[in-house]
Amino acid sequence: MLKRAQALFLRSLGALLALAAVGKANAESAASQLNMPQGVTEVSQAAYDIHMIMMWICTVIGIAVFGFMFYVMYAHRKSRGAVAENFHENLLVELLWTIVPAIILIVMAIPATTALLKVYDTENADIDIKVTGYQWKWQYEYLGEGVKFMSELRTSQDEIYGREPKGEHYLREVTEPLVIPAGKKVRFLITGNDVIHSWWVPDFGVKRDAVPGLFTSAWAKTDKVGTYVGECTELCGKGHAFMPVVVEVKEQEEYDQWLAAKKQEAAEYASTIGKQWSFDELMAKGEEVYNRSCAGCHAVNGEGIPGVFPALKDSAIALGPVEEHLRVVVDGVSGTAMQAFADQLSEADIAAVIHYERNAWGNDMGDITQPVDVLNYKQGK
Amino acid sequence: MAHGPATLADGWVKYASRWIFTTNHKDIGTLYLWFSFAMFILGGAFAMIIRAELFQPGMQLIEPEFFNQMTTMHGLVMVFGAIMPAFVGLANWLIPMMIGAPDMALPRMNNLSFWILPFAFAILVATLFMEGGGPNFGWTFYAPLSTTYAPDTVNYFIFGVHIMGASSIMGSINIIATVMNMRAPGMTYMKMPLFVWTWLITAFLLVAVMPVLAGAVTMMLMDINFGTSFFDAAGGGDPVLFQHVFWFFGHPEVYIIILPAFGVVSQIIPTFSRKPLFGYSSMVYATASIAFMSFIVWAHHMFTVGMPIAGELYFMYATMLIAVPTGVKVFNWITTMYKGALTYETPMLFSIAFVILFTFGGFTGLMLSIAAADMQYHDTYFVVAHFHYVMVAGAVFSGTAAVYYWLPKWCGKMYDETMGKVQFWIAFIGFNIAFMPQHFLGLAGMPRRYADYGLQFADWNMVSSIGAFMYGAAQILFLFNVIRTITHGKPVNDPQVWEGAEGLEWTVDTPAPYHTFEKPPEVK
Ligand code: HEM
Ligand SMILES: [Cu+2]
Repeated sequence: MLKRAQALFLRSLGALLALAAVGKANAESAASQLNMPQGVTEVSQAAYDIHMIMMWICTVIGIAVFGFMFYVMYAHRKSRGAVAENFHENLLVELLWTIVPAIILIVMAIPATTALLKVYDTENADIDIKVTGYQWKWQYEYLGEGVKFMSELRTSQDEIYGREPKGEHYLREVTEPLVIPAGKKVRFLITGNDVIHSWWVPDFGVKRDAVPGLFTSAWAKTDKVGTYVGECTELCGKGHAFMPVVVEVKEQEEYDQWLAAKKQEAAEYASTIGKQWSFDELMAKGEEVYNRSCAGCHAVNGEGIPGVFPALKDSAIALGPVEEHLRVVVDGVSGTAMQAFADQLSEADIAAVIHYERNAWGNDMGDITQPVDVLNYKQGK
Repeated sequence: MAHGPATLADGWVKYASRWIFTTNHKDIGTLYLWFSFAMFILGGAFAMIIRAELFQPGMQLIEPEFFNQMTTMHGLVMVFGAIMPAFVGLANWLIPMMIGAPDMALPRMNNLSFWILPFAFAILVATLFMEGGGPNFGWTFYAPLSTTYAPDTVNYFIFGVHIMGASSIMGSINIIATVMNMRAPGMTYMKMPLFVWTWLITAFLLVAVMPVLAGAVTMMLMDINFGTSFFDAAGGGDPVLFQHVFWFFGHPEVYIIILPAFGVVSQIIPTFSRKPLFGYSSMVYATASIAFMSFIVWAHHMFTVGMPIAGELYFMYATMLIAVPTGVKVFNWITTMYKGALTYETPMLFSIAFVILFTFGGFTGLMLSIAAADMQYHDTYFVVAHFHYVMVAGAVFSGTAAVYYWLPKWCGKMYDETMGKVQFWIAFIGFNIAFMPQHFLGLAGMPRRYADYGLQFADWNMVSSIGAFMYGAAQILFLFNVIRTITHGKPVNDPQVWEGAEGLEWTVDTPAPYHTFEKPPEVK
């Protein structure tokens, strides 16, 4: 019987090693990565260093303790003729193994404290970026620059559900990454819009919860140009695994160009807000916005999820006065999962989506909502 | 006593009423143990669904929404349904027998505290079949995901938690009352077996923190239904308050889970070392100081929430300190084995695995306590690995060891040693294949509670799933072995059962009669 257990053990060990080898072969990805990344900032380096110190200390203690234990298990077996002694107390060793670990801990506390001080050193930043967690995407706002955008997962549902092969950057790609300049100290001011999210970039050593109603701060400064991928690390609902963080670090010059282009875009958009859209243009745009931002809860067919999210098809709001409809979408409904979209969607997007909701799935209001109506509603308050 | 308990031969009505109305500590212990095993299988089934979905990247079997319900229900059922009731069951069976008492101090309350539990879990599990689905906000149910954004069934969840809490509080009061008042003459506090000590301390922890949990869910109930804003920033509340309240319960809760497990192992290791427990009194003091410290470290679960640095430093230092009494326990267990005469029956194998794997989990706990590093570990699979090492290889292994150790005393039959050992090795190897790679996954950046993941995590997830299935299979073998022992086991009549066993429970007949110590024994 014992032999069989042994064989089983060896076989599963073999399987494990084989699988590990497969992991190694998959070189390009981080597949074989077993350890914390060292990352590219002072903070991530500090986290890595203290992690390694702790790991080695634990390894050494572990080898000593378990080594002794395995020796005892071998040497003092009854089957080997061991006869039990009867001692059961020794004040000296008791004191020793209380005091020695306590001293080791006090010594560990010193680098642990310095590392933490580094994490909290958020003063004197060159750039401030506000990061807001939404269900299920991130919004980045360059404070004082008038630049603000949403960053959402770009991987298609078809890839996720296996109807299409998964791309190289599966779940690690977004519509628009956060861009920061190399060599500048960037401070992130992190908050949440609906539930708690958590913004994590492992290579920066930055992980901070995005709590509604609260700002937390973190910082990063790196010289290494490149793309860094992170994740949302606080359970935030069904899209939790589908809101990655992607940050591009660019050389200062490139960053300046990028920022200038973003500002230009914003200015252009502002100038077109007065444009009158046609019924069909609004329908087309509205469908796109709806499927991206609303269908997650209210379903593509407008029927919602019974008992959880209300239907819009044949609903009182979609078939009622447009004022009320604007109020719900722009301001949200407090105390429910219906968030305020005022800051998440542009005026044109909100107009289009309202128009779509009033005229799709057999809803047949026939009226038209223009971006300027949204603007007026917002300013009318 | 004129007649024994009703058996099936008396007809099923009588037999069923025996179990429903029983006030006998052994019957109630048995009920708790079977109930907790049923919950263990149910929670395990949820885990198998999770691991099957995570076998490969992409969504294959279930939707993310249901995935979240599974992670939540797995955690809740395992913590509140499997582990806690299992140890209450052991307490019921063993504490009176260990201290020489005829029964628990409050037998009717004992009956009540068990019989409300199945209802609590029926309510909780029923939500899975309701409109909106079951709780989907994690076993830590952080607001506002669990309040404003929760499905309507959250009210059932709250009701269920209240019932479980009431059950736990009643159970603990009973244990405290029993230990304080019903010890046999001569059984002074410092002579009590360590299992009794750890449970006494655990019971105080429970009485202290269960009301805090009740407070947390009551505030949720108010926020959801009565327009308050305890946890709603828009109304002037604070979502972080929820976390403080929850972890003020939650951290002691993890010690509620592990302390009785310490107790079990402290009974078993001396028996199979044929040598008394080393450092008995330091074990008692270490347990008490762990319990005390568990109240003052809660915010180590919240290092990334943006506390002021002074708070972070305090919670970091305090958490690191817990390693000291924890270390004392481990050293004592090993020194108990030193110069003993060791044999490796199944309970001993599980206990030794407990010492090794629990210590491993303690090491990762120490790493997690370093706030700057925790900013990288937090909410990744590294944490998942940590707490499965302490809770599964800790509490569940110790519970399994306890069943094998005391089963002959309970039913007068010996389990099949070979099958026990096979189960041990499958469980041990399966467990490590399942959870060791999760350390790597976490360090490499995979967050927990993810329904899907990037391709770089594919290999280790597959390994982990295979290990999990293996560990699951071992539990079926466990069930089989226990049932087979009861039906076909070799009879044991020796009161002692194990050569090296000491304590009052080994002085009564085997199988233990329905009523024991009607006359208190004399303890010298
Ligand atoms: C040396 C002793 C221990 C230390 C220093 C320690 C430390 C920690 C720390 C710092 C965390 C938070 C990690 C994070 O979320 O980032 C944590 C999580 C956890 N620990 Fe421990 N721990 C220890 C022992 C235990 C024991 C004995 C148990 C239970 C039997 C336990 C159960 C848990 C659980 C359940 C969590 C995760 C809770 C969750 O977020 O769902 N730990 N531990
Ligand atoms: Cu804790």
